[in-house]
Amino acid sequence: MSKAWDGAKLADAIRESLPDAIVDAGGTDVWIKPDSVPDVMRLLRDDAEFRFELLSSVTAVDYISYFEVVYHLTSLTRNATAVVKSKVGFGREEACIPSVVDIWRGADLQEREVWDLMGIIFDGHPNHKRIMLWEGFPGHPLRKDFATYEQSIVPESERRVPSALAGEIGDGQG
Amino acid sequence: MTTQVRTEPITVNLGPQHPSTHGVFRMRVTFDGEEIIDVEPIFGYLHRGSEKLAEERTYVQVVTLTDRMDYVGSMLNNQAYMLAVEKLAGVEPAPRGVWLRMIASELQRIASHLVAVGFLIQDLGAWGTPLIYTMREREKILDLFEMLCGARITNSYLRPGGVFMDAPEEFWPAMNEVLDELPPRIDDLDDLLTDNDIIFSRTKGVSVLTPEQMLDASITGPMLRAAGVDWDLRHRDPYDYYDQVTFERPLHTAGDNFARYWVRVQEMRESIKIIRQCEKLIEPGSVRPEHDDVPWLLRPPVGDAYAAIEHSKGELGFYLVSDGSISPYRCHVRAPSLINLTLLRDMLVGELLADMFVSFGSVDINMGEVDR
Amino acid sequence: MNSPFLDNSLFRNIYCYLASGSDDCAARGYDVAILPSGFEWLAFALTAFIIINIVTNAGLGAVIVYIWGERRILGRIQNRTGPNRWGPFGTLTSVADAIKTLFKEDIVPDEADRWLFNLAPILMVFPVLMVLSVIPFGVGTFVVDLNVGILFVIAITSMSGISVVLASWASGNRIAIFAGMRSVAMLISYEIPMALSLIGVLMLAGSMSLGAIVDAQDIPFILVQPLGLFVFLLAAQAETSRTPFDLIEAESELAAGYLNDYSSMKFGIFFLAEFLATIVASMLIVTLFLGGWRGWEPIPSQIWFAGKTVLVLLFIMWMRFSWPRLRVDQILALAWKGLFELTLINIFVTAILIAIWPDPGITELLIMSAINWVVFFISIWAVSKLLRPGDYTAPAPQEDRPSYPVATDELPDEVAYTGGATR
Repeated sequence: MSKAWDGAKLADAIRESLPDAIVDAGGTDVWIKPDSVPDVMRLLRDDAEFRFELLSSVTAVDYISYFEVVYHLTSLTRNATAVVKSKVGFGREEACIPSVVDIWRGADLQEREVWDLMGIIFDGHPNHKRIMLWEGFPGHPLRKDFATYEQSIVPESERRVPSALAGEIGDGQG
Repeated sequence: MTTQVRTEPITVNLGPQHPSTHGVFRMRVTFDGEEIIDVEPIFGYLHRGSEKLAEERTYVQVVTLTDRMDYVGSMLNNQAYMLAVEKLAGVEPAPRGVWLRMIASELQRIASHLVAVGFLIQDLGAWGTPLIYTMREREKILDLFEMLCGARITNSYLRPGGVFMDAPEEFWPAMNEVLDELPPRIDDLDDLLTDNDIIFSRTKGVSVLTPEQMLDASITGPMLRAAGVDWDLRHRDPYDYYDQVTFERPLHTAGDNFARYWVRVQEMRESIKIIRQCEKLIEPGSVRPEHDDVPWLLRPPVGDAYAAIEHSKGELGFYLVSDGSISPYRCHVRAPSLINLTLLRDMLVGELLADMFVSFGSVDINMGEVDR
Repeated sequence: MNSPFLDNSLFRNIYCYLASGSDDCAARGYDVAILPSGFEWLAFALTAFIIINIVTNAGLGAVIVYIWGERRILGRIQNRTGPNRWGPFGTLTSVADAIKTLFKEDIVPDEADRWLFNLAPILMVFPVLMVLSVIPFGVGTFVVDLNVGILFVIAITSMSGISVVLASWASGNRIAIFAGMRSVAMLISYEIPMALSLIGVLMLAGSMSLGAIVDAQDIPFILVQPLGLFVFLLAAQAETSRTPFDLIEAESELAAGYLNDYSSMKFGIFFLAEFLATIVASMLIVTLFLGGWRGWEPIPSQIWFAGKTVLVLLFIMWMRFSWPRLRVDQILALAWKGLFELTLINIFVTAILIAIWPDPGITELLIMSAINWVVFFISIWAVSKLLRPGDYTAPAPQEDRPSYPVATDELPDEVAYTGGATR
């Protein structure tokens, strides 16, 4: 049976190495500062106390006044899980958080998906492009202010003709 | 005097309308002769915005959306979603319902692996014969689902706290008949395919991934077990009543296409064992909690929950956030199909064109789940 | 006119009804004259025209029947019915398909080289039809009995490789180019074992004429030349690009390979050529190894020939529907490292045996066949040993524990969350 790290105790354990990183803790969750994400994650992966080899999931939630990026971590050696969260984008200005792709490659596609659908910029991502929708799609659909179908319709004048699109995507050959 | 022949790499778009991309996947591949030197996967041709749609539906209505994510593993999707909802709402499930959904999801795992194996052989270029053999077996399992819930592919069988309907009387003998027939059929498959020199020489040592590489890339499921990492959530973190059944985790050490294929064939046998045990352990009773405890319009308390199961393709997780209303505030799917493709480029670069779709098929993805 | 073709019953029966004035026909008891004397040249031309039409259309008709048969048998192999709607047992399905193909829109891509694009299907079907002209279908039933028959067959069939390259290049399609590259590599590689595998037959028969080879088979050469048949069968599969050698079309890799951009009847002609090539390959196998039209009375020789051809076709279908495709490097390795050596062994052994018994009777042939079968099994075993990939036995579950540590160092309870369910 996997055990989950208690949030407060995980926060204490992280504080020993990185005293400034923790914002809050409660239940199974730990909230950390966006700037300290790479340091904390590297610690969680490499330190013998944590050994989180597997990044289960990266996602984000839109809480209107801010966004919350959620990391679910799994440790195979300790058979343990932890939830690390980070609040970004207060006041809905440009939401930005450092990427963890150089720590876990598994974040690659997931961070692209979060950028595509939630509009959170992952600083340092090697291939920071949309994944599900096409480049030029207006807005990010999973945001709560992305309200209607009309918003996703591109006006006729801004539409690109298919051949121009093909020219941009590739050479259209194949 | 030597003449230099000028050669140049050739870039080809494979997909989205290609017969072997398991749906509408697209890869922009650069070849040097037949050898792959670069791969760029392009997703999104089947994106339906399931996560956004879930925010507009009640908790029970979202079940229909999960069916349509991985449409060859609907029961498993239902199960993962229900675990998340139950955790979020603090629902105590009804025992008979849990046993029934374990049976359903193990049947679905067999069906899903049958599809994976069949299409892998199809990608190897067999003329449909093994595929149709595996599909024949899957068909029987789909018939069982039809008896359980009236649907074959998009089941929507599970409800918070159990299932919506008890299995009919005639389900049990029918299931036993299927389970009796399956092991010899899987042996047939073994005879036809596993011992086949062509399949062996085509898949051995192709697209090898090490455990470290895969853990780094969050790859889970049969792919990970094919490299010898004994990580199966049913065993390491038993959800439902998996702690009450015994089963083995087939492990291979090679981590190549053959190992991935082999692990899937063995897992089907283990699933049959699990179903047999479930059948012994199941007891009469209600299949879901009383309506007063778990109403159709569920209003879980404010909070979030992440629940994951061992899907036939890897760890399938649902992350639900509730704001106390009748529909989820946020529903995120940790889709194994998408995440297992993280290392696609590493798997394919250096291999030949012919092995490309075999490696791709050995990941066992489902575009409905990749793009959601 | 003293025609050399008068021994050919197919020719004689038509020609002598048209121009019975000639002495040769009269000597054979024909007394009906349609054309006046002096028009033997016209009779000759008409006869040739009729025979060409008969053979070509019979070949194309055979393809229609073969496609139906293959689909029915594929259906049975795969536990389904196969086509069964049009006509009794679905016999008209192929006809309906042919009509449908004719009425499809004929598309030529913008980037295509129009001339080559249109030329390729013709080049594909032409050599296959040419081969039909030298095959003896029965006693006296053949178009022409060339004294260099086998050489002609090998020479003319190698043209199909050119047409595949033309088709793939002219399409202006990158996926098709892969098919072209593969066809160059594969078809040319397999020409060599295919040609060499027939040397043993030539030595035994002492002639290159297909008619003479049939005459020489007092016992079918399958007994005396098992290695030759084995190599020829595989090489013919490769030349006609059937599974497991269907690299050129390779549906799961190249969609349809060189056929990607062809539609309508151009596609139909490729399709037809491909199936006809399979039939012709089976006919060659029957002629060279299974005693051709030879059989027992009273069943006519043509029926014997057709029956044997169907048997070979069934075998080829069985192979085709059971196995997956080989990879391109494995296919070339099989040709150069496997089949080529086998043909050399076969030539060597057969040459020694011929040196011992220069003019073998049935007894000597039987002794030869015994020796050759021993050689067959030993050499196949040796070559397969050589080509087989290194083995690894799948580890038994639970016994071979993996090295990667999982749950070795459990999380202590004092830091674990106790507030409820964990996942």
